Amino acid sequence: MLRDVTFAIEQGEFVAIVGPSGSGKTTLLGLLAGLDTPTRGSVQLDGTDITSLDEDARARLRGAKVGFVFQSFQLIPTLTAMENVQVPLELRGENHVSDRASDVLQRVGLGDRLDHYPTQLSGGEQQRVAIARAFANRPRILFADEPTGNLDSDTGGRIVELLESLNRESGSTVVLVTHDLTLARRARRIIRLSDGAVVSDDLTRSNGGGGGNP
Amino acid sequence: MSEGARLKRLFAIAWRESRTARRRLLLYMSSISLGVSALVAIDSFTDNVSQSVREQSKALLGGDVVLRARDRYSDRATRLLDSLERTGTGVSRITTFASMGLVPSSGGTRLVQVRAVSPRYPFYGEITTDPAGVWRRLWTGPYAIVDPSLLVSLNARLGDTLMLGTARFAILATIRNVPGDAGVSAAIGPRVFIPDSYLRQTGLLIFGSRAEYETLLKMPAGLSPARFAGRFNIRFSNDTPRVNLRTVAENEFGLTQSIDQLGNFLGIVGLVALMLGGIGVASGVHAFVMRKIDTVAVLRCLGATSGQVLIIYVLQAAAMGLIGAMAGAALGVAFQFALPFVLKDFLPVDVHVTLAPAAIGLGLAVGVWVALIFALRPLLSLRRISPLQTLRRESDADVMRRARRDSAAMVVSFAIVASVVAIALLRAGNLQRAMFYSLAIAAAIGTLWTTAVLLSKAAKRMARPSWPFVVRQGIANLYRPGNQTRSVILALGFGVFLMSTLYQVQQNLLRQLDLKLEQSRANLVFFDVQEDQERGVDSIIRSSGHTVVQRAPIVPMRIAAINGKSVAALLAETDSAVRAARAAGVDGRRAREASNRRSPWALRREFRSTYRAEPAPSEKVLSGKWFSPSDTTPQISVERDLASELRIRLGDTVTWNVQGVQIPTRVTSTREVTWARFEPNFFVVFNPGALEQAPKQFAILVNVPTNAEVAALQSAVVRKFPNVSSLDLSLIQHTISNVLSKVTSAIRFMALVSLAFGIPVLFSAVAATRRERLREGVLLKTLGATRRQVGRIMLAEYALLGALGSTAGVVLSVGGAWMLMKFVFETSFSPAILPVAVVAAGMTGLAIVIGLATGREVFRETPMAALREA
Repeated sequence: MLRDVTFAIEQGEFVAIVGPSGSGKTTLLGLLAGLDTPTRGSVQLDGTDITSLDEDARARLRGAKVGFVFQSFQLIPTLTAMENVQVPLELRGENHVSDRASDVLQRVGLGDRLDHYPTQLSGGEQQRVAIARAFANRPRILFADEPTGNLDSDTGGRIVELLESLNRESGSTVVLVTHDLTLARRARRIIRLSDGAVVSDDLTRSNGGGGGNP
Repeated sequence: MSEGARLKRLFAIAWRESRTARRRLLLYMSSISLGVSALVAIDSFTDNVSQSVREQSKALLGGDVVLRARDRYSDRATRLLDSLERTGTGVSRITTFASMGLVPSSGGTRLVQVRAVSPRYPFYGEITTDPAGVWRRLWTGPYAIVDPSLLVSLNARLGDTLMLGTARFAILATIRNVPGDAGVSAAIGPRVFIPDSYLRQTGLLIFGSRAEYETLLKMPAGLSPARFAGRFNIRFSNDTPRVNLRTVAENEFGLTQSIDQLGNFLGIVGLVALMLGGIGVASGVHAFVMRKIDTVAVLRCLGATSGQVLIIYVLQAAAMGLIGAMAGAALGVAFQFALPFVLKDFLPVDVHVTLAPAAIGLGLAVGVWVALIFALRPLLSLRRISPLQTLRRESDADVMRRARRDSAAMVVSFAIVASVVAIALLRAGNLQRAMFYSLAIAAAIGTLWTTAVLLSKAAKRMARPSWPFVVRQGIANLYRPGNQTRSVILALGFGVFLMSTLYQVQQNLLRQLDLKLEQSRANLVFFDVQEDQERGVDSIIRSSGHTVVQRAPIVPMRIAAINGKSVAALLAETDSAVRAARAAGVDGRRAREASNRRSPWALRREFRSTYRAEPAPSEKVLSGKWFSPSDTTPQISVERDLASELRIRLGDTVTWNVQGVQIPTRVTSTREVTWARFEPNFFVVFNPGALEQAPKQFAILVNVPTNAEVAALQSAVVRKFPNVSSLDLSLIQHTISNVLSKVTSAIRFMALVSLAFGIPVLFSAVAATRRERLREGVLLKTLGATRRQVGRIMLAEYALLGALGSTAGVVLSVGGAWMLMKFVFETSFSPAILPVAVVAAGMTGLAIVIGLATGREVFRETPMAALREA
């Protein structure tokens, strides 16, 4: 599906990966985040070669360093907003998880929605819970897969703003996968995919961080 | 962070995550409630029944221990009894002898059986009288309480005077029931109970009088009858007269043969209920796992390891399994309490219902374990759910695709097999039978699996393009990827196999018990019929319109020699061996056993033997062959226990002393005798011819329908042959049939409960796999399929699955039931064709209903909801 894809992303960057459907975006994201393993080649995440790790070691790495935001939110329907945010912290066995979770939810503006179930929240609110969950364990890198795909453009815009501000304030690297170029332009670097290959890798006007060449 | 703290976090996640699924999971796990409730109810009920039998058995015996001798006890034994009485053991004496009774007012005389009893008789059970409740007044004066037949034959009434020897007694009441008074062999006439304080006044028991001396003992709390019996037998085994000792436990033995069958059956019920529970849990949890794919994928993305995921759901399953098992235990206790109540028309209400903590604890433990181990198998596949599912959803079947070599799954599978064997062992009580059950289960599963595979293959070739689309679609569902053919055929077929086997065994057992009730045909026995009286008694019986059930010649004899060695020599050997062993510190009985010596008691006793051409219905040849008509040399068949007491084997020569004549015989068979049948049974049976010249008496068994006719016949025989005595067996039979009907009711009830519970389990087992079909149906609907079309697709698939699964199960069950009847219950089997066909049809119907219900659900859901879920 992917061939000859080589690039590096620096700490703190805000990168968008764009391309038409079927271009290999999702496959690339799965590989970068260690959800899947490549048939050839390697992926290094924060200095670790994740292609050499087994499934459970990759899970632990995700728990420690990676955050996720999905197009379909992927909140656990049986848990409240607060509890959804707590899950990654609890999986790591941290203490005071409820303090941290409510902090993060405050930051995404959901301080008054802590005990709501996903079905009781609007799409935008659900995605904000997902973002809070992704940032709860202070990830080194956050992957967002079409985070605005299921939202109207206003709400979508606010979600991207939120991602930007969290990127700025916490210094987490953000990798945004989208087919929406308007959205992608808000990133400082855009990697374009087509038919499984990188066709361009440009810095945008809002360039602030470092970049790498393919 | 410590492992403990980590685990606590997982507990928290498990608890929260289960929030909405709790009810569903509990529903699945409640399948195990069935198993646990059956287990608890059965074990508690069996406990209660055997307790009641134990109590009843005490009543039949009258005390914890009974001592019996043909003569006054030795001084040693008498001293022991006196000292026991002083130290708190209840002692009650019964002296039984034959005497002529005379009623002066009518002038009637009759040979009666006098029982002089001391005041505390009996310790257990109650002697009922007519008028009621006067038994305890017996000791308040010179009173007698007599068998009603005595009043008839002597033409006497209550209040009349009865003379026994030189003493006069006022007849206080008649006897309705004396528990356990089944001394058939000693019975020589109507019973007359008198207080033993008046025994001397009768002047009847002079030196040398033939009487039986019995003593009932009621042990104080600290002393077990068995221990006492052991010590007594050591000290008094060579005493003269020999005192024969029986304990309650020994007495129970005869009664418990039917109860044993019940135990075997209930063991199978428990096993079936647990297996059904296992199926329910496994298929329910399988469906549950399918619903959890998305959540697990997210958890994996968020950094949960496969182990953590597994722990979260195992915790949930364990908690729900525990709740399910507890509910089952509570239900089982309720059943146990309801049982005697439900059966009050059948049962004499004397089954004491008490909580049986051991049964409850065992039921809980086994239930939780089975729930967990059967849930673990489907839960294991949660480990394989990839976090990629969050980005790209595959079909459930692909997600769950099994890894080729999964060691954890193999360990769990092995644990399931081991658990099934262990449970079979627990229920069957012996290894051989447990292996038999396990192999039968394995064979059934193997057959069903093969059936399913063959069906898948056949379905692929079967469908013709000319057939309507809906039928082809339904049949194609049987072999397409992600098909449910194997799981449904297995769950349904195995469930039907279990339930139908149970049903057929139940039917066969009931039929057999019916037979047993009917076969206890004779209710009146005439004893001491002399050779020259036999024809006369026979013609009286015939002319009063009754039939002789059995006529047994009785020849008294003693053993003269075994294999050419005289009894005196054999006894001397035994004595010296025992003495030597005792000097070495081994007790008498064990010493004898160790030295392989013959029992002195058996060598000395008098045998009342018979001869006949065919074995009686109450006996079964164990080894050797029954007499062949062509071989007229003297031969004997020896009862099993006697053969081992005497250490005689097939081919040995036993020489008998038959009233002075020596008759050497060859042992050609050993027999097992059902003593509980209350027919004249014999330790030693001769072939016809050997004893025909010997002086003998006859016992004649008759079946007489009503009590009035019994009395009339007794009186008619006694008028002509005063020496002939008779015994009315109706009361004894009544006791026996009470026990049997208890057994019958319990069997019926437990089988019914298990069947009633099995159906919902099967329902959920079949329904568990329908999610994929639901999704597919919705897709078809969005593509324009009508309700009718979707319904027909489901109908085609589920009807085939249901018909094949239940037919396979039913066919297997005929084999299973046949094997159970043959090898476990050791009796004949006749298949119940019609009910079994009904079961197969019913289960097919059940599968169709589930299919159609799924089709309906397709139309209740909006296409979007189902597609989004996909």
